[in-house]
Amino acid sequence: MQAEMNAIDVRGLVKRFGDKTVVNDVTMQVARGEIVGFLGPNGSGKTTTIRIMCGLLTPDEGEGTVLGFDLRTEGLKIKREVGYMTQRFSFYEDLTIAENLSFVARLYDLKPVGTHVDRTLEDLGLSSRRDQLAGTLSGGWKQRLALAACIMHQPKLLLLDEPTAGVDPKARRDFWDEIHRLAADGLTVLVSTHYMDEAERCHRISYISYGTMLATGSVTDVVRDAGLVTYLVDGPKLETLAAELRKRPGVEQVAPFGASLHVVGSDEAALKAALADLEGRAGVTVSRGETSLEDVFIQFMANSTDNMQ
Amino acid sequence: MSGLFSFSRLAALLIKEFIQMRRDRITFGMMLGVPLMQLVLFGYAINSDPKALPAALVSLSQDHYSRAMVSALENTDYYRFDHVVGSAAEAERLMASGAVVFVVTIPSDFARRVDRGQRPQILIEADATDPSAASGAISTLGTVASEALLRERGVPASEAAPEDRLEVIVHRRYNPEGISQYNIVPGLLGVILQMTMVMMTSIALTRERERGTMENLLAMPASPLEIMLGKVLPYLVVGAVQVAVILGAAKLLFAIPFVGCLSLLLAAVLVFVLALVLLGYTISTIARTQMQALQLTFFFFLPSILLSGFMFPFRGMPQWAQWLGETFPLTHFLRIIRAVMLKGADFPTVAFETGILALFIVIYAGFALMRFRRTLD
Repeated sequence: MQAEMNAIDVRGLVKRFGDKTVVNDVTMQVARGEIVGFLGPNGSGKTTTIRIMCGLLTPDEGEGTVLGFDLRTEGLKIKREVGYMTQRFSFYEDLTIAENLSFVARLYDLKPVGTHVDRTLEDLGLSSRRDQLAGTLSGGWKQRLALAACIMHQPKLLLLDEPTAGVDPKARRDFWDEIHRLAADGLTVLVSTHYMDEAERCHRISYISYGTMLATGSVTDVVRDAGLVTYLVDGPKLETLAAELRKRPGVEQVAPFGASLHVVGSDEAALKAALADLEGRAGVTVSRGETSLEDVFIQFMANSTDNMQ
Repeated sequence: MSGLFSFSRLAALLIKEFIQMRRDRITFGMMLGVPLMQLVLFGYAINSDPKALPAALVSLSQDHYSRAMVSALENTDYYRFDHVVGSAAEAERLMASGAVVFVVTIPSDFARRVDRGQRPQILIEADATDPSAASGAISTLGTVASEALLRERGVPASEAAPEDRLEVIVHRRYNPEGISQYNIVPGLLGVILQMTMVMMTSIALTRERERGTMENLLAMPASPLEIMLGKVLPYLVVGAVQVAVILGAAKLLFAIPFVGCLSLLLAAVLVFVLALVLLGYTISTIARTQMQALQLTFFFFLPSILLSGFMFPFRGMPQWAQWLGETFPLTHFLRIIRAVMLKGADFPTVAFETGILALFIVIYAGFALMRFRRTLD
């Protein structure tokens, strides 16, 4: 395998369930050592795409390689080199932490099993609780256990499906520090998430909506390419003001953020015109703000047609 | 509306319950299918006074008296002489393997004795492992054969002297006292093994699927064969414990005789249990939930218990029911265990039935591996 080859290189992936197209012509390249955030609304095809990449689903159309192995024919080789962390905790709740880890170690032929398990437990800081049933762990610990089990066989690619759902901010911070540490060692990571702050921690993001890849690039690129203009409106009675603004032409999004409103539009002139008369009102100030990633995503979601019917 | 009871709340619960019932196709099918199946099986297939029982004729005397008696016996509908054999040993093997329920032996001097006016004898051996199966046939035998013989000789029944009458010697083989436990307890071993083995393995994959651990298992490098063996082999140990307990109890509590070879029986049990766990595993590749798996298991149990010859004489069922019965591993295992435990059958005698059990292993394993999806598609 050539070192310069992309860890993930897939083109034109299509997956249908019945007459519903869940993944529609998805093309994605991820370089080695890169952390790529995979974003999109619920039901947009993130999980399905990740499952195709780790060989759990066969695509109806499209082709590509994962770690240099053919997606369609070399599923078993891919499975050996990939760590996949499922959205839902999918280790055995009626096995202890150590038993779960030994199970994984044996499945991957890691020898000696005991050494691998002990080292993983130590890295996790779970040595003292090795005999506790996995089902009794809190959400944050379950997530750490799952991650540890996924990287125990030292995969070259880590696929994480909403790994931090329902985990507290401290645990999330620790989790991301770990991801960056692993990436620095050369591991490639594709992580799906709903959190904007997590997206901003990725080298690159890809945005998928209803099966179609809409944007890909660094956070700054994606925000810039979206071409959105944002104004901050401060003043009294923001709720009434928001309702009023939503009806105006040129205004595409109005969202309260703390004590001010984010007013977003794609046509700067139209947006300016829409806000022009606010300047004169008592206590109302309008200032140019920065478009956030979330503004961009809301815009994407508003523009893409819903095929969930 | 009162706080304790409201018709609209009750209606909400009823509607929800009916919607869920309708969505769960298998449960719905069970509710319709099980009563229908029971009706057909109990109504048509089961007969506690079996007719047309397979019999072997050991006729050392080829005379018209014998032929008259045999055709009279066949006319009773109780006997069906499938085998005419030349030696007692051959007849013995047929009975040990369960191929025939009766062996009728007509001695070589039969015609001579009749002609000389000496009292003629015939020997009828009945497989009494299932005491109820043969009783009807035995009770009709004496008079029917005797009258047929008198008719053939042209002697009116009213004028027959005691020495004209046929002497029928009946041997109730394997179970002379007609103790029904002899038949039931070895059968129970098969039924209990079937119950636990199939049930436990039928939830093997559905449990992984329901708990969400299947996705993880599939994402790791484990092959379908490894997963299948990993799922079913542990139950061989459970089966071994059950066999030890039941055989021990058969000896201690019920004093069931064990005349055969223990290691032959254990080997047959191993083949049977393997077939069962693979059947359970096959069910778990079909069912989507644990509930469905248990329902499918139950759906399989009912006919297998009724049609295997465990509760009712196998030979007493109509031909279609016998064919259906042949498709259950339990049917074949029951023949083996009764043959080995009660009749002391050796391996060649039960080799055919054991081979069929082995065939089930191949069919179930092949089907399960075919059904098993390595992906979540």
